[in-house]
Amino acid sequence: MPSELAEGVVAGNRRALARAISHVEADNAQGRELLADLYSRTGRAQTIGITGSAGAGKSTLVGALAREQRKRGRTVGIIAVDPSSPFSHGAILGDRIRMQDLTADGGVFMRSMASRGNLGGLAEMASGVVDLMDAAGFDVVLVETVGAGQDEVEVATATQSTVLVANPGGGDDVQSMKAGLMEIAQIMVVNKADLAGADTAVMQLRGLLAIAEPRAWQPPILKAIARTGEGVPELVDAIDKHQAHVRSDEHAEAERQGLVESQILSLVRAALYREALGAARAEGSIDTLVEEVVLRTRDPRSAATTLIDALRQRWMKP
Amino acid sequence: MATEQRTLRVLIAKPGLDGHDRGAKVVARALRDAGMEVIYTGIRQTPEMIAEAALQEDVDVVGLSILSGAHLEIFPRVISELKKRSVEDVTLFCGGIIPEADIPAVKEMGFSAVFGPGTDTNDIIAFLRENATERA
Ligand SMILES: Nc1nc2c(ncn2[C@@H]2O[C@H](COP(=O)(O)OP(=O)(O)O)[C@@H](O)[C@H]2O)c(=O)[nH]1
Ligand SMILES: [Mg+2]
Repeated sequence: MPSELAEGVVAGNRRALARAISHVEADNAQGRELLADLYSRTGRAQTIGITGSAGAGKSTLVGALAREQRKRGRTVGIIAVDPSSPFSHGAILGDRIRMQDLTADGGVFMRSMASRGNLGGLAEMASGVVDLMDAAGFDVVLVETVGAGQDEVEVATATQSTVLVANPGGGDDVQSMKAGLMEIAQIMVVNKADLAGADTAVMQLRGLLAIAEPRAWQPPILKAIARTGEGVPELVDAIDKHQAHVRSDEHAEAERQGLVESQILSLVRAALYREALGAARAEGSIDTLVEEVVLRTRDPRSAATTLIDALRQRWMKP
Repeated sequence: MATEQRTLRVLIAKPGLDGHDRGAKVVARALRDAGMEVIYTGIRQTPEMIAEAALQEDVDVVGLSILSGAHLEIFPRVISELKKRSVEDVTLFCGGIIPEADIPAVKEMGFSAVFGPGTDTNDIIAFLRENATERA
């Protein structure tokens, strides 16, 4: 029996959606129940990840993409993830600044999220919020993340199409993208094409793609000026094309299953990790083990095995 | 995660036409350093934009900073836009330049605290920890 909140989300009640997102963010029982109830209502939205380094113009581009999607008559849900401070765990979430004009648009709903530093949990959280927006009926869901660590790379499992945002003049920038990010991007865009060196950046990306493993979908490389909106219609066209590929191509069946598989696995990893950490800390057992390893009376591998055994014991208990 | 302490989410917004937001940014940073999640929307926010952002972000607290002297005109509009969206369980506070004489009126509107220039940000943090409404 779906809750009132779940019904509110499906009915397009914005307050219900906002509250539902908070439950999913908190990873509480109500949030999990909502996601279980609503999953059958998902699958309709185009889900698109926008990733790249800090300052690449992701938020500006997300704003421009949303405006173009609205022009095409589509409603848009936006999720912007920024890192939490590793010290205070607080965050300043400023992505709305670049999308101020969209706030007044009833066809747009935007939510800022802090990564909350929960290892592996970010992807879990983000995919949950994507599902809520999908169930709420948005035609397009855009997810902005800083493509920095493994966590952010995993967020790519939450969306069907991932757009990698690069900048001109960043030879190092493009080089450093190789690790992980290239593999997950289905579309690449050199933003700030008004600056010198955009064509060089395109060539560098092309070079990197040429040495990457060949895939059924060849990622196009585009140029854009997010600030003016130049190149943005072409970017939406490219996303639409990839969406058509994901949805209908015979080829795409394996990819679709692969995406769902990696999504499930990343959820399993996050949940196991959290549980293991909880178990290790709850019994204080990790402290003793740490001491022993520091004194070299025990090796780290056997310490890990001991913790895993303790976790197993916990599970065996009725 | 046995003891689930909720992270406070705070919207900091600058309504009206006054241009600079140094004070608002100082507060935003202090709240972040105190472990809160601050949604910062920038300058020149209309009452509609503020209320809509508060709704979408499902914040616990809305803090308004105003220097232009238009608080008696703008604040009631923010409150009515919040009501229109049934966002009624948020804690409201404000800062900036608000004359002593206007403080009772501002509190009457529903603002639980008014912080003038030179306020110690620790006072704001303590106030929010104490007053942010519990959630169902
Ligand atoms: N020159 C130029 N600057 C841009 C462009 N798009 C964004 N910017 C600027 O880049 C900076 C960072 O933008 P933002 O969208 O916040 O980047 P994010 O951190 O990736 O979300 C801002 O000052 C933007 O105005 C562009 O197309 N050209
Ligand atoms: Mg951003």
